[in-house]
Amino acid sequence: MDGSSHLQPSENVVLDLAADQSWGERNRAAWRDVCDGLAQWRLVWTLAWLDIRLKYRGSVLGPFWLTLSTGAMVAAMGILYAVLFRLELRDYIPYLGLSLVLWGFVGALVSDACGAFTTNQGMIRSVRMPFTLYAARIVVRNLIILGHNAVVVVVANLVLWTWPPAGVAWLALPGLVLWLAVSLSLALLLGALCARLHDIPPIVANVMQMAFFLSAVIWKPEQLDDRQWMLALNPFFCLLEVVRGPLFGTPPSLLVVGCALGYSAVLFAITWLVFARVRGRIAFWL
Amino acid sequence: MTSSIDVEGLSLSFPLYHGNARSLKKTVLSTVTGRMASDNRNRVVVEALRDVNLALRPGDRLALVGGNGAGKTTLLRAMAGIYEPVAGRVRVLGSLNALVDPHLGMNPELTGRENIMLRGMYLGLDKKAIEGLAEDVAAFAELTDFLDLPVRIYSSGMIVRLGFALATSVQPQVLLMDEWFLAGDAGFMEKARVRLENLVRGVEILVLSSHVTDVVLQWCTRALWMDQGRVRADGPPAEVLSAYLGHPVQLSDWAQQRMATTGSDPGEAG
Ligand SMILES: Nc1ncnc2c1ncn2[C@@H]1O[C@H](COP(=O)(O)OP(=O)(O)OP(=O)(O)O)[C@@H](O)[C@H]1O
Ligand SMILES: [Mg+2]
Repeated sequence: MDGSSHLQPSENVVLDLAADQSWGERNRAAWRDVCDGLAQWRLVWTLAWLDIRLKYRGSVLGPFWLTLSTGAMVAAMGILYAVLFRLELRDYIPYLGLSLVLWGFVGALVSDACGAFTTNQGMIRSVRMPFTLYAARIVVRNLIILGHNAVVVVVANLVLWTWPPAGVAWLALPGLVLWLAVSLSLALLLGALCARLHDIPPIVANVMQMAFFLSAVIWKPEQLDDRQWMLALNPFFCLLEVVRGPLFGTPPSLLVVGCALGYSAVLFAITWLVFARVRGRIAFWL
Repeated sequence: MTSSIDVEGLSLSFPLYHGNARSLKKTVLSTVTGRMASDNRNRVVVEALRDVNLALRPGDRLALVGGNGAGKTTLLRAMAGIYEPVAGRVRVLGSLNALVDPHLGMNPELTGRENIMLRGMYLGLDKKAIEGLAEDVAAFAELTDFLDLPVRIYSSGMIVRLGFALATSVQPQVLLMDEWFLAGDAGFMEKARVRLENLVRGVEILVLSSHVTDVVLQWCTRALWMDQGRVRADGPPAEVLSAYLGHPVQLSDWAQQRMATTGSDPGEAG
């Protein structure tokens, strides 16, 4: 055709879809969805960047508005609570900054995860794409925002000249890898559940609000004295601590690490069961 | 790879979860006959497709005809793999492009260029091919300066041109096309018509949902009359169309003239 006959969809589609699948077939289809979705990382990255560019198109500071507001929050809350709880300012503000920035990621990710599929219904109903693509888009988008917000932590440490011991900071890396997997898993699970059950998003919002206060974000675990072990019962705390602890210079205890891994494993198992079961139905629910 | 489409015993139903199932069932069952049912778990469902069988090979051009809600769009989506079968099986081989959504997933907040890039990536094109796509689309849609402005501020005519250029710029082996794509056929620009006919000529298998007699007769070698989710008739376009419309059909004088002057009809696979 006129000057464009060279353009052909590069991949040959081989679609073979049947009803009444066995569990083996469902598992294979779900696994293929995850692999195909992650193989499209270039598209995931582009979509995530466009989401951010779109949100801040025409604004001077762009995503750094978020950084500014996080910074203002850390300064205001840090000074207020340091006075209220009689805490050492130079110790508390870097801690609060780190905690709020990391929790900002967790909170935004979970609330975005609820809309992982419903907000993409136009795309889902016009072209067949792996569902993992939409989940990964949310994870990457929030990672980019986390990157912008990290400036707050650096500035707080610069201003107060308090640097955590560099020797343990690298221990946060395996924690971040775990976060990636947990985030993707959450986006798939909540995305699918929220597409089917419209009561889930308000429940999730409530849980997250409670978790914010229960997970030692604005207070320190030490403040619980000899009842610190109770925090291990809180999945949010354990997962937060595997990244925050090393970055703050206090590596998490083996108990916390073990619990974080355990809770993640349970989450992966539930996600897999749900996703493999309902993947083919999501398009009908939107 | 040679392309093919095989649909065996395909049934699709949409569960209705909104509102009170029992009262919904009562109202729905009393107003619509035959389409609503409850499945084995006692949910109310719309049976959009019921036991559809179909096999298409290279060279086949199929028209889907039928009233509103007959299941044409749903069948196209099922063949594109968007809806997975509730019963039966769908097999499609070959590169595929489905033009079922009028907006083609265009995001009005993004610029024309960004929309083109995304579309290219969805189609799995590489970077160079996407540049080619952008050039081709920009040239056809005559958007020049507007290409870097958000689609939101385009005039409706510009949006149509962009959407059309995007949709027709790649050449798949299997093309699934919904009727909106041919809407306003009479006023269609000659340039657009030539482009579309070229595209259709190049594909191996065409499935087209359309009510336009001229298009069905000129382009298609086979027609399927859908009624309430079932296949009511399957055969040569002229026969099926006359059965569906209830009167004999033929090409309009205008279309005959046009065919005589251009000397070709896009129904013939190239
Ligand atoms: N997402 C959905 N949820 C519930 N029901 C649906 C959905 N999509 C389609 N249906 C139902 O499935 C049936 C077939 O719809 P479809 O869009 O395939 O019809 P169609 O033949 O394309 O009609 P038209 O000529 O109006 O485009 C209709 O009864 C419709 O109400
Ligand atoms: Mg339709």
